Amino acid sequence: MKILVCITNVPDTTAKITFTDNDTKLNKNGVQYIIGPYDDYALARGVELKEQSGGTLTVLHVGEADADPQIRKALAIGADDAIRVNADPLDSYFVATQIAHIASQNNYDLILMGRESIDYNSGVVHGLVGEMLGIPSYSPVMKLDIDGGTATISREIDGGKEILKAPLPLVLGCQEPISEWKIPNMRGIMTARTKPLNVTEPVSVETMTVPEKYSLPAPKGACKMIPAGEAEMLIRLLQTEAKVL
Amino acid sequence: MSVLIYVELDNGSIKKTSLEAVAYGARVAEQLGEKATVLAVGKAETAELEKAGSYGAVNVLHAADEKLSHENGLAYADALVQAAQQEGSKVIILSKSGLGDAMAARAAAKLKAGVVSGVTALPDTNGAFKVTRSIFTGKAFATAEIKSDVKILVVKKNAIEIDESQLTGTAATVKSFSPQLRDSDFKATVQNVEKADSELSLTEAEIIVSGGRGMKGPEHWQPLLDLAKALGAATGCSKPVSDLDWRPHHEHIGQTGIKVAPSLYIACGISGAIQHLAGVNGSKCIVVINKDPEAPFFKAADYGIVGDVFEVLPKLTEAAKKLK
Repeated sequence: MKILVCITNVPDTTAKITFTDNDTKLNKNGVQYIIGPYDDYALARGVELKEQSGGTLTVLHVGEADADPQIRKALAIGADDAIRVNADPLDSYFVATQIAHIASQNNYDLILMGRESIDYNSGVVHGLVGEMLGIPSYSPVMKLDIDGGTATISREIDGGKEILKAPLPLVLGCQEPISEWKIPNMRGIMTARTKPLNVTEPVSVETMTVPEKYSLPAPKGACKMIPAGEAEMLIRLLQTEAKVL
Repeated sequence: MSVLIYVELDNGSIKKTSLEAVAYGARVAEQLGEKATVLAVGKAETAELEKAGSYGAVNVLHAADEKLSHENGLAYADALVQAAQQEGSKVIILSKSGLGDAMAARAAAKLKAGVVSGVTALPDTNGAFKVTRSIFTGKAFATAEIKSDVKILVVKKNAIEIDESQLTGTAATVKSFSPQLRDSDFKATVQNVEKADSELSLTEAEIIVSGGRGMKGPEHWQPLLDLAKALGAATGCSKPVSDLDWRPHHEHIGQTGIKVAPSLYIACGISGAIQHLAGVNGSKCIVVINKDPEAPFFKAADYGIVGDVFEVLPKLTEAAKKLK
């Protein structure tokens, strides 16, 4: 089985977000970057399925060279090789087009990624890729088993879950608890240095959206504290002051 | 020409978030000098669909083919694209959800349309078409111009204020719509669906009462459930609680769980890790009850009580019961 896992390179969940250049660029100073947490789940399950099937796993990232440490980490966790499309992506459509282009040349059975990135939170890349390739896409997937050419998928739906059986190939957006995150061991880190990381230039894409500026939410006002002994007062304030009851 | 709005159905009723999307779409249509048309897929009574008129829709296209009775993002996206083509819609609007994102993505690829998900306000249509959306899980906003001919917007809950008392009683005209269905969209077979019918959906709920490790164990959840019942609220929990199996995973609210945007979020015994905050920062009003005065959640809260949840919750429940 040939598996492709697409990863994002995103600021750590605890990073303080600020902007520079008149609020037109993210301030990367002092920001720690990580593999997108949802992508980590996809990668972990992909490695398990690869080991079960004796197949191959390629990791793909659309972004610039500063993501290479995260790509090497994915190789250390168990990917066989990596592709980086060398570009500063403008939007989901651009990213999806690059993924679909790589995928169309390699006939993957399974394309896994996180349900969304934690920077731009769009949650549409798997659907775009699926449609561009003409194959089904499902998200968010919480459990995935492969038997021959058929996937059994448990995915979250509004207020519950549904179990699907679907023939490969598929594009899936993943989330917990599809697998436990994997931490690279020393052997993995050493072998990752010798695994191929191929850098390729992007294919041209029609411009769909053009970023203009960023902004931060208005500062939060002070929390109004209510004595525990007078907790009932809270209900009155929620009704008369906050007007949410 | 019309702005096309997709509404999600739940047991034949239009979801509240979708009615918000209709109101949003109607205002966009007004800005553009067009009419608002709704697409609904699945079983629903005509009277229910006519309700979209109160929120500003003129027409409702209803696709009720038996094959579409089960939620299928692939086939629904096909229906959406065909409805957009029939109506000549250059702006398509959906509400933010797993289904909304899935349909928007598939439709965007079919139509070569720019898609923006997580939209938080009406677009600026004065000249260029610009939209603002939430990014970094609510920690910032981004404004971008959509350049494509067809534009697809997936709007977050609370993107606009709706004054329910100002709604008109005009019914929308409901028309039957029969999209061409592709066999390839029905390759997957549904083995099982588990839905908690009795519970309020977290993504739809106006009030959520949520618990963390401060609740001390699943056997101590009753005071929280009592308050939720008194307020007509849905219940949620933090990640450690679902990891410990105190509460089911579908109640997990946070960055890697469900993101919610209720009018009122009451956090009981939750310290407020940044990953939890990321899932609730769309709430209009946040209340935090925690015995630790240094709990970081108080910095994000509108109202706070430093105290033992097992003493505070019964008092709130009694007060809430008196509201009726």
